Amino acid sequence: MSEISASAAPPPPAAAERLRFYASWLVAAIVLLLLPNIFTSGGSMTTFSLMGISIIFSLSYNILLGQTGMLSFGHAVYYGLGGFLAIHSMNIIGAHKLPIPLPIVPLIGGLSGLFFAALLGWVSTQRSGTAFAMISLGLAELIASSALILRSFFGGEAGVSTNRTKLLKLFDWSFGSQIQIYYLVAAWTLIAVIAMYALTRTPLGRMCNAVRDNPERVQFVGYNPHVVRYLAFCFAGFFAGLAGALAAINFEIANSAYLGAEQSGTVLFAAYIGGIGFFIGPIVGAIFVTFLSLGLSDLTQVWQLYFGLIFIAVVMFAPGGLTGLLMMHRPLVKAGTLPKVIPGYLIALVPTLAMIAGLVLSIETIVHYTVNPGDDPHIKAFGVGFDAASPFIWALAAVLLIGGFLVARKTWSWVGHAWDEAATMAREKGIAA
Amino acid sequence: MSAAIELRAVEKSFGQVAILRNINLSVAQGERHALIGPNGAGKSTTFNLISGYMKPTSGHVLLRGQEIAGLPPYQINRRGLSRSFQVTNVFTHMSVWENLRCAVLWSTGQRYAFWMNIDNLPEVRDRTAQILTDINLTARRDVPAGLLTYAEQRALEIGITVAGGADVILLDEPTAGMSHAETERAVALIRRLTEGRTLLIVEHDMSVVFGLADRISVLVYGQIIASGTPEEIRGDPKVREAYLGEEVA
Amino acid sequence: MLELIVISTLNGVLFGMLLFLMASGLTVIFSMLGVLNFAHASFYMLGAFFGFQISQWFGFWPALLIAPLLAGAIGAGVERYGLRRVHRNGHVAELLFTFGLAFVIEEIVQIIWGKSPVDFRVPALLDFSAFTIFSTSYPAYKMFMLLISVAIFVGLLLVLKKTRIGLIVQAALTHPHMVGHLGHNVGRIFMLVFGVGTALAAVAGVIAGPALVTQSNMAGLLGPILFVVVVVGGLGSLPGAFVASLLIGLLQTFAVSMSGSLSGAFGPLSPAYASTWLADIWGVTIAQIAPIMPYLLMVLILIFRPMGLLGTRDT
Repeated sequence: MSEISASAAPPPPAAAERLRFYASWLVAAIVLLLLPNIFTSGGSMTTFSLMGISIIFSLSYNILLGQTGMLSFGHAVYYGLGGFLAIHSMNIIGAHKLPIPLPIVPLIGGLSGLFFAALLGWVSTQRSGTAFAMISLGLAELIASSALILRSFFGGEAGVSTNRTKLLKLFDWSFGSQIQIYYLVAAWTLIAVIAMYALTRTPLGRMCNAVRDNPERVQFVGYNPHVVRYLAFCFAGFFAGLAGALAAINFEIANSAYLGAEQSGTVLFAAYIGGIGFFIGPIVGAIFVTFLSLGLSDLTQVWQLYFGLIFIAVVMFAPGGLTGLLMMHRPLVKAGTLPKVIPGYLIALVPTLAMIAGLVLSIETIVHYTVNPGDDPHIKAFGVGFDAASPFIWALAAVLLIGGFLVARKTWSWVGHAWDEAATMAREKGIAA
Repeated sequence: MSAAIELRAVEKSFGQVAILRNINLSVAQGERHALIGPNGAGKSTTFNLISGYMKPTSGHVLLRGQEIAGLPPYQINRRGLSRSFQVTNVFTHMSVWENLRCAVLWSTGQRYAFWMNIDNLPEVRDRTAQILTDINLTARRDVPAGLLTYAEQRALEIGITVAGGADVILLDEPTAGMSHAETERAVALIRRLTEGRTLLIVEHDMSVVFGLADRISVLVYGQIIASGTPEEIRGDPKVREAYLGEEVA
Repeated sequence: MLELIVISTLNGVLFGMLLFLMASGLTVIFSMLGVLNFAHASFYMLGAFFGFQISQWFGFWPALLIAPLLAGAIGAGVERYGLRRVHRNGHVAELLFTFGLAFVIEEIVQIIWGKSPVDFRVPALLDFSAFTIFSTSYPAYKMFMLLISVAIFVGLLLVLKKTRIGLIVQAALTHPHMVGHLGHNVGRIFMLVFGVGTALAAVAGVIAGPALVTQSNMAGLLGPILFVVVVVGGLGSLPGAFVASLLIGLLQTFAVSMSGSLSGAFGPLSPAYASTWLADIWGVTIAQIAPIMPYLLMVLILIFRPMGLLGTRDT
């Protein structure tokens, strides 16, 4: 390294740091390998497969939103098209007995996603900001509606199905069982995560961040922001197609729901709730959202409503997502001032939980009266049984909700004060908070 | 040798309102040229026309003898012209180091490369380190640009402008809002960084103008009323009347 | 043929006016507050459902008055307690807030009224045929819808051009920041604008409810078309929204009534292509692609005139 770089540039990572970096990827690989031995049920394998697919999809979405500042409401198009082309490929491969084994099929999905993103991307990325969001929505609706017209390709309402065991067998794996699918998904997830992380460390990746921060200035340092956005769009399309193909393999079917607004909305939820400002944010969000959608639907009839309310709460109170919330505390941990805020959190937790309990009680009671009015009012929500017809319950719900809200407001302002103190102390120690 | 920047019969109107009328300006290569005039005269508009932010309504804008009117800003930048902004225009969420690195990137030929790790490019690192040292922000290298002090941001702004190695530099009121001491430091920095390059600077601080410029042009109500050496401008009665006022020499 | 054209024109203009009732509120909210209200079509849906419920209890005419006021009040509350708070988290957060709101409103509507269409009937007073063109009778209710839409449109125009608040709104359409600098109570104006904008969408819902299907997927069906209208018309342009609304209203209505297809014009494809996607495209009628025509129009506009027909502001 030249003399000037030695004194001014950030030092290259020390050997220990690099070891830690590569070790963490290795640990991740080992964890993925050993997971089936810890959670042995078939249901868990399905859950993990779905999480893996969601992780790839959410990370691909964040290439657009978190890294390049493009809010898309139609990213599922590339996911869906990847899925459809994967299904058709599998059918063709199976029918003609082509020597292409199943593990290669996700790559076909990725290339399809790339192809369509390259095709539609130049026009899509012409504008940025709100206009881009609207364009993505319109294009998504266009393609999703076309799915019902082009019946031979999209299979109409029923979709197109396939048999994944009919492809060339590698090492005697027919991929019929869920555990083999899990390994396929896990392998591709690891590859995709590494690839997308590497992308953030390239010149293109850095310029994507620059375009996100200040597209105007980017022009004045010699870069065409439209080209930067277009390339980011193509990469996002590739990985979305990859995820879609894995989903198609997992379910052995692809239908117009893959392309639809709900799918686009779900990936947006996952990435945002996880936190778009950090690379691992969407990973956290994908795991959280998959978990929630699988788990919540067992506990309550209206889990989608809770989903939406959680999303709104994150947008209003934690725009950095779960990862943002955690990372926010990093300076405090470094300065050792975290203990200052913990008591405040614990105190504020009580009325907040009460308020949430009151809200849930109210919602479930209302649901009982509007959706199942004739049923037995002794209902169960979140595993807790109560009598929805009892006025006592209504009063309790009101008290919990309103009382909880009023007390929570007070206690959270105490948390705010504690935070200010802790942050000031951290700054005095020279740590930026 | 053709002039670095040349404006021939340039006009700019927004709808019916004429901002610039028949502008003729010539900046020689290697020259330090100041553009002065009262507020609203059209100085920033002139910068916008030269740097490609806007298109002239009519007339020619030439960079080293080649027509650049109508080209998008990134193409003009690639031909060796770079500008700074009156209102600080940096990449707020990125650190000082990363800001400068983005400014350096195109000139090192990386283009839109996505197959190599940016931390492994020695030329990029060296050039960025050089600029960082030149603008004296080495101590603030890892601070997000949005958290810098005003003067530090202005220094970063200038750093981003010159980082790409452009040989024609446009600075738009670089010392605006600075204290006397800060202005002195900024002028020394500008003088150092534009050594051997062509500089076109818009300024209101007359001590900066007369201390830095080889030649001065005066823009009033969209027209250049005088152009010449600092002595000629100081003595010009039209300029005194329109802008400088009857100063005690 | 002439009959078809007249009926389609009437229906198209009607649809266009409905779209404009919604698009106008959306445009003004966007211009003033800088946020594209993703939940705007949801307020249209709320208007329809509130109208239905209130007409069940008190009759249609009270519903026509109360439902929009109720929806507008909710809109004002959303601005005051929701959007204003989210504003400091940035543009993306604002848009996502309205997106989440749209989602939640749809869920709540589904919970309360279910997923099937509700029986929102045309009021008996208007349930007759207004006139008969050639052989088709045109319902009086649709003329009533047209009348109300035009009346509101004229009212809006008067308010914008002749009142002080209208002047402020016009100014804010192009220079939102200045409005605050001029000393107006920006918060109150924002609340008013959001409330009135959503109330307008709700009016469209109340009157469209009996004519179109009142169902919990209303917002999801009409929402994207609404955004196409504002993109085609040009974000931030009221006249653009008007032109685009009528254009898309007429386009879709005419398309639905046309049964032409490529195969009709050029004859069937050879049997070799019979079961391929080429055959799908060849055989599809214009009526079938009517739902996607607005999106096709949007893509064309984006390629040839990205700032919309009459667009003035970029985002």
